[in-house]
Amino acid sequence: MNAVLECRDLAVAFGGVRAVDGLSFDVHEGEVLSVIGPNGAGKTSAFNCITGFYKPTSGSVSFRGADITGGRPANIAAAGIARTFQNLRLFGDLTVLDNVRAGMHVRLRQNAFDAILRTPRYRRSEQVATDESHRWLDFVGVRSDRTTQVRNLPYGEQRRVEIARALAREPQMLLLDEPAAGLNHGEKEELLALLRRISDLGTAVVLIEHDMGLVMEVSQRIVVISYGKAIAEGTPAQIRTDPAVIEAYLGAEDAEARSEAEQIAAEQAEELRAHENRARSSAQEEGR
Amino acid sequence: MDYVLQLILNGLFVGTFYALVALGYSMVYGIIKLLNFAHGDIYMLGGFVGFTLLTVGSGALAGGGGIIALVVVMALAMVATGLVGLVLERVAYRPLRSAPRLSVLITAVGASFALEYGVAVGYGPNPRAYPVTVGGGAVHLLGARITYAQLVMMAIAVILMFGLDTLVRRTRSGRAMRAISQDPRACLLMGVNVDQVISRTFFIGSALAGAAGVMAGAYYGKIDFLMGFIIGLKAFTAAVIGGIGNIRGAVLGAIVLGLLESFGTAWLGSQWRDVFAFAFLILFLTVRPTGLLGERVTERV
Amino acid sequence: MTDPSLPRDPAGTQLPPEESSAYVRAVETKQPANVAPAGTGLTPAAKGHGPTSASRVVSSPWFAVAIVVLAIALPFIDSGAYTLRIATDALIFVMLAVGLNVVVGYCGLLDLGYAAFFAIGAYTAGLLSTTFGWPIIATIPAVVVMAVVGGLVIGAPTLRLRSDYLAIVTLGFGEIIRITANNLDITGGPNGLFGIPDFGDFGYRSDVTIYWFTAVVVSLAVIASSRLGRGRLGRAWRFVREDEDAAEAMGIHTYKVKFAAYVTGAIFGGLAGVLFAVHQTAISPPSFNFLWSALILMAVVLGGMGSTPGVVVGALVISLLPELLRGAENWRYLVFGVLLIVVMIFRPQGIWPHTPSEPASAARREPDPQPEVTA
Repeated sequence: MNAVLECRDLAVAFGGVRAVDGLSFDVHEGEVLSVIGPNGAGKTSAFNCITGFYKPTSGSVSFRGADITGGRPANIAAAGIARTFQNLRLFGDLTVLDNVRAGMHVRLRQNAFDAILRTPRYRRSEQVATDESHRWLDFVGVRSDRTTQVRNLPYGEQRRVEIARALAREPQMLLLDEPAAGLNHGEKEELLALLRRISDLGTAVVLIEHDMGLVMEVSQRIVVISYGKAIAEGTPAQIRTDPAVIEAYLGAEDAEARSEAEQIAAEQAEELRAHENRARSSAQEEGR
Repeated sequence: MDYVLQLILNGLFVGTFYALVALGYSMVYGIIKLLNFAHGDIYMLGGFVGFTLLTVGSGALAGGGGIIALVVVMALAMVATGLVGLVLERVAYRPLRSAPRLSVLITAVGASFALEYGVAVGYGPNPRAYPVTVGGGAVHLLGARITYAQLVMMAIAVILMFGLDTLVRRTRSGRAMRAISQDPRACLLMGVNVDQVISRTFFIGSALAGAAGVMAGAYYGKIDFLMGFIIGLKAFTAAVIGGIGNIRGAVLGAIVLGLLESFGTAWLGSQWRDVFAFAFLILFLTVRPTGLLGERVTERV
Repeated sequence: MTDPSLPRDPAGTQLPPEESSAYVRAVETKQPANVAPAGTGLTPAAKGHGPTSASRVVSSPWFAVAIVVLAIALPFIDSGAYTLRIATDALIFVMLAVGLNVVVGYCGLLDLGYAAFFAIGAYTAGLLSTTFGWPIIATIPAVVVMAVVGGLVIGAPTLRLRSDYLAIVTLGFGEIIRITANNLDITGGPNGLFGIPDFGDFGYRSDVTIYWFTAVVVSLAVIASSRLGRGRLGRAWRFVREDEDAAEAMGIHTYKVKFAAYVTGAIFGGLAGVLFAVHQTAISPPSFNFLWSALILMAVVLGGMGSTPGVVVGALVISLLPELLRGAENWRYLVFGVLLIVVMIFRPQGIWPHTPSEPASAARREPDPQPEVTA
């Protein structure tokens, strides 16, 4: 198996806290890989390091053999990594079609003068953008009006538009950050089918997801992260029985053996970490 | 040597003026990340409130000590501008707290415009002479000259700044301010009355600017409705130099800017003073956008 | 309703090979087997989100044609010197508003010193034509260069930072330019430059020639900015305005895109400055103070950020209003200031807003589409 993406000893720290702390894993060509772990384990931070939104403090990321560590997000996206965001990040005021056209931005061949003069090249390129956008919206199964502002769409549809937008980038690797969050049962079923269709295209899919049913169903491999490190890696069957994973999730190899008080303390510590991470990332958004 | 000392004293004096205005800028920015363009106009308003009080009360104060009258008027003007700041936040900014940044910035420009031309409508567009000016003697210090008025004003400014610093660092309400600037959502969850703390911040910041306005009126002898424009820009520059959002930084930045201007003017001539200051701002933003005392923001490209 | 499993888009096969993507072809071959049932995307838009009647009138192409015809025909209707003077002023103001709209409306960057580029254009044209005797037309390339340089100097450090820094730095820049013009000898100091020549003798009255020239240039500028807003770059501006992170994640280099917006705005402002210099024949520093920048911003905000027709109407209203309400300047500005706050709180999209829409050709085409790109 060829690795599309190789993360080696990736680390990122905010102040004193290491959100990602020596994380290594590979993504193979065309596979569906899930990244799971407790809240605040550093999954989204790892995504942000890979896609250039955070500068890793140390370690390296290489994509199809090229080192992309600490590159600008736009360049990493242009190299063929597309992503979605944990909380939908659509261009709310723009139409559904325009949102998907964003994914095609780097591939459209027209310049400002073409647009001003409405050259044949411009018309052709706009037509391609429209047609392909429709195809991607079909592909992900968006049924709503596509000429309306995207924020008028129901939540589940918006999730699909975001995936269509990322697919329109024609990535070799697609990172999905909790795509099933907030979806109802039927929508999750559709998402599962969609993930398989994406995988059929030959795109590697990396999934952060809390819905274990979905994860076990769709993934070829799973990486478990806890406290910023990969603690286990393997097929769904292997992960289900891995003692280290149970330890990470339940806080004890044998949960009953621990006193209740200890358990609560551990949970609270975890909550606190999660909260700190959130606060930090919001502080960072402010800092931009 | 005398000359250099004189430049330093001038710079310190101008710097304390800037500091009083920069503090409000920086406090408001620190707490709700808003560039309050109207802040310079609050300073202008302070000048006009002082003007009105002094004109109305001139009979009562007739012949009385200029400085004492001025301090009383200044306290009243501080309350008045503080309230204007509070109302401004309540009416113009609060409804937009979750709106896009651009909307809030435009609102702030609108507020600035409304204050400027509101005063122009009320007092007329021409400069007004201040009823009380502070003249008096001067001290000579190693050949450099500083007037009593300057000394008194610097003293008042320093007292106000120490008061503010104590407030922010030692009191409950100061702790709430610092907490909100860290994470407003968490504060809301913890039961901090965020709205009230923001109102209080606006009140304090505006009151300080109002005090500076009265001082400026008394010192320069005249006021006009556009006098807040340039000082607003300078105060922002000072806040950026110090590290915006940082209170001690604002004071440091203001003094650095005052000194820079003082020396820059001596070097290039006074007509280049503002150009020099803004060019420095641009340079500073390029080289060290977080300011002298600003926290290093985690690198995020 | 079309059957989504049919390859229903013959236009796709007509594409030149370098533009069609292998990836999409791969999708198409896979599609029949596993594509989910999908709608046609032609459901009517939800009620309440459609354009308002005001903005529908203003956005109609006939409205635009009517305005242009009226603008060109004006000297035949009333060639009085006063009419032509205020009409030329209004058109120049339209050009400024349309240029600032690229920066503020399309890209969401607040420029509070836009008059600086206006000044750069006016002074460059004025200086080269008076002191160095260039014909006005020949100064235009120099004006473009100077405007771009100005845009680079201010944009390079500040476009990396938070948007509010840009706002205040541009405010400072506006002052720098004005004070510099006031202090230098070569720009005539406080007296400014005078005796700026017009475009040449075309056998008409000079003010008529200037008016027509202005009308043509401004019309072209309005069309250009509107079209720019629709293409690839224009979309990128809107993406950046909406969400910079998401735009970056799509491979859009947001810094370059913002730069492009800022420099485009600078060029529009510079060219408006040339028109202004010729129209006034004399320019001096007070013509380029903050009030100008603020008024241009108001035209953009009141008209509707991002909406070319809205901004044009906004600019016409703001520039012609003083002619109707003479003498009440301070009141007027007070009202403008309050209006800015009120509009931002209650109608942030402006009075004649931009309604995001798709051209008819973007709606899903039926299996046998009519050829729409015939031109």
